[in-house]
Amino acid sequence: MATCSSDQSVKVWDKSENGDWHCTASWKTHSGSVWRVTWAHPEFGQVLASCSFDRTAAVWEEIVGESNDKLRGQSHWVKRTTLVDSRTSVTDVKFAPKHMGLMLATCSADGVVRIYEAPDVMNLSQWSLQHEISCKLSCSCISWNPSSSRAHSPMIAVGSDDNSPNILAKVQIYEYNENTRKYAKAEALMTVTDPVHDIAFAPNLGRSFHILAVATKDVRIFTLKPLRKELTSSGGLTKFEIHIVAQFDNHNSQVWRVSWNITGTVLASSGDDGCVRLWKANYMDNWKCTGILKGNGSPVNGSSQQGIFNASLGSANTSLQNSLNGSSASRKQS
Amino acid sequence: MGLQRSEEELAGKSRKAQLIQVSKNYRSVIRACMEDMHQAAISTRDPALQGQYSTQVSILSAMELIWNLCEILFVEAATAGALLLRLLDWVRLHVCDVDSMVREVLSSESPSKHKLFWNVVDVFVLQGRMDEARHLLSKEASANPTSMNMYKILDDLMKKMPVPSLGNTQTLTELELKWQHWHEECQRYLQDGTFASNPHMESICKILLGDEDAILEKKELMTTWYHFLVTRLLYSHPTVKPMELRFYAQSSMDLFLGGENSPEPLDMILMAAFEFEMHQVIKECSIVLSNWWFVAHLTDLLDHCKLLQSHNLYFGSNMREFLLLEYASGLFSHHSLWQLGVDYFDHCPEFGRVYLELHIERIPLSTEQKALKVLRICEQRQMHEQVRSICKIMAMKALRNNRLGSALSWSIRAKDAAFATLISDRFLKDYCERGCFSDLDLIDNLGPSMLLSDRLTFLGKYREFHRLYGEKRFPEAARLLLTLMTAHIAPCSFWMTLLTDALPLLEQKEVIFSAEQTYELMRCLEDLTAGNPDKQKFQDDDIETTKVEMLRLALARNLARVIVKEGTVEGS
Repeated sequence: MATCSSDQSVKVWDKSENGDWHCTASWKTHSGSVWRVTWAHPEFGQVLASCSFDRTAAVWEEIVGESNDKLRGQSHWVKRTTLVDSRTSVTDVKFAPKHMGLMLATCSADGVVRIYEAPDVMNLSQWSLQHEISCKLSCSCISWNPSSSRAHSPMIAVGSDDNSPNILAKVQIYEYNENTRKYAKAEALMTVTDPVHDIAFAPNLGRSFHILAVATKDVRIFTLKPLRKELTSSGGLTKFEIHIVAQFDNHNSQVWRVSWNITGTVLASSGDDGCVRLWKANYMDNWKCTGILKGNGSPVNGSSQQGIFNASLGSANTSLQNSLNGSSASRKQS
Repeated sequence: MGLQRSEEELAGKSRKAQLIQVSKNYRSVIRACMEDMHQAAISTRDPALQGQYSTQVSILSAMELIWNLCEILFVEAATAGALLLRLLDWVRLHVCDVDSMVREVLSSESPSKHKLFWNVVDVFVLQGRMDEARHLLSKEASANPTSMNMYKILDDLMKKMPVPSLGNTQTLTELELKWQHWHEECQRYLQDGTFASNPHMESICKILLGDEDAILEKKELMTTWYHFLVTRLLYSHPTVKPMELRFYAQSSMDLFLGGENSPEPLDMILMAAFEFEMHQVIKECSIVLSNWWFVAHLTDLLDHCKLLQSHNLYFGSNMREFLLLEYASGLFSHHSLWQLGVDYFDHCPEFGRVYLELHIERIPLSTEQKALKVLRICEQRQMHEQVRSICKIMAMKALRNNRLGSALSWSIRAKDAAFATLISDRFLKDYCERGCFSDLDLIDNLGPSMLLSDRLTFLGKYREFHRLYGEKRFPEAARLLLTLMTAHIAPCSFWMTLLTDALPLLEQKEVIFSAEQTYELMRCLEDLTAGNPDKQKFQDDDIETTKVEMLRLALARNLARVIVKEGTVEGS
């Protein structure tokens, strides 16, 4: 696990056999607050990217150091490249899905999304800027669509935390156009007009539509269903049918981060109320809260627990026990 | 909690008996866990742990209770007659608060004098255990000769009570008729005041008549409303049909709880079962239990009984899959139970495969054995992309740790030509720097996988050259060396090294290279030097020129010798 902080450093943590977390590396990465840190797919090795208020993004690789270090449980990370194209704070950095090769996107406060590629996956110091997308609004977060289906072109969602009083859509979807070889705006979610702090595409399990979670003043989940590609002269940008399938204001405050599990069935959100909430859809596609965790990881009682916490015997179970006072707790079969 | 100990065999289950057996197996698994938990609970000193274990035992007990009822009502689908018998068994099995009392009375010296004697008799009667009740009563009779008359009558009544039989020896109509007669007989005796002098016996008679108030008086001995339900049915509607259950169940619960207690979740679940609302049962269980095991497996069983589909709700088997996916996903976070999860996913037709693909890539591959295990699973299911990905990850890990041999074998397994080329290059570079190969075993035994990439082929062949040289099979070595260059298997960057390797062969006492071969070598050398002069490294200029000169000299000398040799006629 990698964490980043406004203390300008990034820390990497490993889980030991008995389940304890140890910090195996901690180093200064930027000359400003580090906003985000993200892992590349392990196929490319142990690689991290970080972005910061100091207007740069950096790519780091773990090198296997001396055996002494290994014994002490320490690892070494070296900077492979610094991406300095931005003139303002870089607010998010994300690697593209692995089927696109070694590629990453950054977004900055000046509203520019930049997409870089490392043509030689073994050489992490060579990155070339492939695309620059101007979003017109200050960007705060990006998310690649992880779907590797041939039916979908690469897609990236950009969120904005622009605070000026306008009603511009704060979430935009950009899609790669094979013909023009450029990213073009495919859609904007007009209903999202409050500052957006985080967005995340859900992993696609063979669905024909996409699911996007948005962290803004509440938690929102959208489905984007691609309609038939319009045969425009530029060769077809997909149009989407957008529905909002869930909206939750349980945090009762700004929601800062949203994150999906591997199968895209559970969404986790964190907010200013100091809680992490888990959201899940049942087999009828109704989304509900299935768990609330406080900052120290303890569950909040009274929430309906649907099997997320296998270890805990929460309040739900005591009610079952009460009804069992009739039947024997100490079963002795004669 | 890792309840699942036995693997689910889902193929070929078409017969009801089989299904019932499976259901029983599940129940015995639950019971086994209960026993274990119970043992743990009594053997632990820590009160907190003890509390936890006891809670688990109660939950397991409830689960078994629910499952058993579902087995009777849904899986076996017991019909009128058999239904009552099954329900009686069910009650006897699960309501056992009274066991200790029973034991106490039975083991005492003169049971009929025990203060709880009549309680125990009542218990037997309430549970329809006529023989045992009569046995106890006989003790009382022998102790109190005065009530011999009453006893005889009561005993007779109890003996004659018609009950449904399993052997199909009588039809329901016959049973009903008999039962009606018997009921009337009991009625007569009661009205005649036969038992008036012994309130206990009178109350038993009333129970036999199905008098609700009399039965309700014995609430403490029944402890639960479902016991009350079954007793009521036994003594008022022994031929109850499954579909009639819901009415009796609802009224039983109301009467028993009497408005003072509200129903607990467990009660609601059982009620839903009596009402044959399977979905409701599953839904309530999902809410109350913190683990998907129960609902996933129960739903799966019901689905195999073809019961969920008949309920006219389109997501019948989707629900089964949904629950199984949930359960199996949960297993994957466990370091060893994930292997069970694989089987579950295999049996989820719609999403099982894609779920498996996603989960299997995320299993932490802490050891090679684990990686190989995972790979075997992927290969068995033709998950080529996952195989490639996992091999790539392992290869990268090995490469970073400078274990070139391991990295190479992983990239061969991944059929990753590009990576194999890269690693071969590393091997060759290592050789150039150190003059020897690492991981000789691997390279020697590459076999056909050598053909994965050109560079890899070269590596294999080059190593073969060295081996031949080591075995002093010079002509073959020479031939191979030449082929490496002329067939363009060797990369240009390596030609200098190859030519340098040719030097010792040229310097041998015996002539090894033929004239033609020497001409070839010379041509290679010229190609190399004439080729790109700026490719030469500046610092190695001197060394390079010296090498080239030495080579030219050696080649010329060899040529001279070979011309003479080939021109000479061997002594005839």
